[in-house]
Amino acid sequence: MKTMLTVISNALCRITGKNVGAQTVPEGARVAVTRNFADFTPQVTFDIKKCDLHRLEAGPPVKAELTREQGLQYYRTMQMVRRVELKADQLYKQKIIRGFCHLYDGQEACAAGIEAAISPSDHLITAYRAHGYTYTRGVSIRQILAELTGRKGGVAKGKGGSMHMYAPHFYGGNGIVGAQVPLGAGIALACQYRGNNQVCVTLYGDGAANQGQLFETFNMAALWKLPCVFICENNKYGMGTAVERAAASTDYYKRGDFIPGLRVDGMDVLSVREATRFAADHCRAGKGPIVMELQTYRYHGHSMSDPGVSYRTREEIQEVRSKSDPISLLRERMLSNNMASAEEFKEMDVEIRKEVDDAAQFATSDPEPPLEDLCNHVFSNNPPLDVRGTHPWSKLKSVS
Amino acid sequence: QASIRLRMKSVTVRDALNQAMDEELERDERVFLMGEEVAQYDGAYKVSRGLWKKYGDKRIIDTPISEMGFAGIAVGAAMAGLRPICEFMTFNFSMQAIDQVINSAAKTYYMSAGLQPVPIVFRGPNGASAGVAAQHSQCFAAWYAHCPGLKVVSPWNSEDAKGLLKSAIRDDNPVVFLENELMYGVPFEMSEDSQSKDFTIPIGKAKIERQGNHVTLVSHSRFVGHCLDAAAVLAKEGIECEVINLRTIRPMDVESIETSVMKTNHLVTVEGGWPQFGVGAEICARVMEGSAFNFLDAPVTRVTGVDIPMPYAKILEDHSLPQVKDIIFSVKKTLNV
Repeated sequence: MKTMLTVISNALCRITGKNVGAQTVPEGARVAVTRNFADFTPQVTFDIKKCDLHRLEAGPPVKAELTREQGLQYYRTMQMVRRVELKADQLYKQKIIRGFCHLYDGQEACAAGIEAAISPSDHLITAYRAHGYTYTRGVSIRQILAELTGRKGGVAKGKGGSMHMYAPHFYGGNGIVGAQVPLGAGIALACQYRGNNQVCVTLYGDGAANQGQLFETFNMAALWKLPCVFICENNKYGMGTAVERAAASTDYYKRGDFIPGLRVDGMDVLSVREATRFAADHCRAGKGPIVMELQTYRYHGHSMSDPGVSYRTREEIQEVRSKSDPISLLRERMLSNNMASAEEFKEMDVEIRKEVDDAAQFATSDPEPPLEDLCNHVFSNNPPLDVRGTHPWSKLKSVS
Repeated sequence: QASIRLRMKSVTVRDALNQAMDEELERDERVFLMGEEVAQYDGAYKVSRGLWKKYGDKRIIDTPISEMGFAGIAVGAAMAGLRPICEFMTFNFSMQAIDQVINSAAKTYYMSAGLQPVPIVFRGPNGASAGVAAQHSQCFAAWYAHCPGLKVVSPWNSEDAKGLLKSAIRDDNPVVFLENELMYGVPFEMSEDSQSKDFTIPIGKAKIERQGNHVTLVSHSRFVGHCLDAAAVLAKEGIECEVINLRTIRPMDVESIETSVMKTNHLVTVEGGWPQFGVGAEICARVMEGSAFNFLDAPVTRVTGVDIPMPYAKILEDHSLPQVKDIIFSVKKTLNV
């Protein structure tokens, strides 16, 4: 990197005639010229891990193409999610965020990879570890953080909180473990009903994988060939219970039984993208549902009330951070293939931090929802109704 | 007079429900029906007879025996903009799926601050049937009516059934529609108006089935009929009952009850469900808190199902639910005659 800067600096010197002679440019110095993007490799084909397959003749490709633009975009998305989650951690410890807060850091490649493979007109539903998906599905980080801090500028006007954020074609954010899975199949049914070639990505965790309603859903989805991509984010722990202690079979990609499945490296955004594309194509071709297991990891405990170290070692967490961090993996791939510069990543990091800080500033200064809003949004498209308050003389009003 | 009578038609509650669904399926292609045996079997109680033949697999869907699963699927379809009618073969089985009804359907519009409506109808027979014993006889009116975000409707006759089901289907919110198996086969005269494809009855408004000055009887579903029978007997003794058919449990039309009580000064509630924390209990509380309290000449009387699981033997079952003589007895006690 230093050599490159020196070369350019020297070239400049020759052109301008100033300070002729080789010079060493100090580390990290900003060069007063825009980097020539023709220097970067515009596209690279990477090898990705082969997926374990269940009832499938062939799986996703073992090579993934990545353009520079895509790489920067995936990086930005993942880094944004990472910084938002860390900011949420901070705000929670300051007691500005309360209640439940389930953080997604470590799992960013799942959200980013899935979104890269589907389109905004597809549908997505997940459980309560939902901040990452709320972002990838189009909600601004201001609205996410302000929802966490319970302000009127939050995406649900402060009425939902961490687990209940929604956007067009994004159905939350669901607090009851496993309940989102039949919902997702229902959304897929609507896609099939309308014949619009859309799919619904329905996410659940390794803990939810043992819920009965999943198996009821698998049965109906397969029976009716619903265009539903079931995705199990296996982060190895259901709250404090390691997968081996909860599941007679930890091959979550096989748990759909008669539904084909694949097991994917969830720490590699390209693997996630290729697998999701493969799965979505399967559904769009009318072949029915498919189950995808993403092997991933969460750095935080189950929620902010769980330090996350009573059921796993700090060494294990540290090992994943150093060897499998999804953001680092992508950055290193791009750097070692000259797809971008370290400065660019650093600049992006600074920008992202600033955006997150600004959003946090908004989230901490925006007013709480007005009391007049207390009873609103009970019914949709309804004339105003009276709501009983805490005592008979408290007669409140609810509008749609 | 004769021509008006000719235009009245005798329609069973079952056929009224069938008509309502048929008309709404035709009117709006987003409407569909799903549940166990609704399609090829024509409905466990034949309420959906003929619909599958007319509308096919896409609109009338037979489900496996998976209440939690298919209720969730129905809610998801509603979230994505369709208008499902989710049938529970009886509401006893809705307990398997109650999380989807309450947590996924009822609460979502509020939690999302208006971003995500859930236009769904959960319907099916509720309460006691005949000889089906404890696990198949529970009344869920009080359980569902407890929850904000739900509308809970309980029709009595054919006009109620048709008009309220059409309203429920057209409503953009989750509606729990409590039918009664013993009423399915009962015919009622339906007015010409009520035979129109646009006939709806507003949710949230009670109906005065019989005017009277001495005592107000409030009931829902099958027991409205019992109240009218009791009123006929009491009229011979000079006691005129005003019979109110609630039609909707939530939101309850307390105003109609209060207006009546302010006229009659006496109130008796009649329901098939258990007494504790029930519909009658709620009516008592509301009347006490409101303008009609000062007009009461006696405490409100609740006539309810007996506070036990439903027995099987006929004599025991008969004595587990309000009979007409229980209503007559309660009215006289309330009036102190």
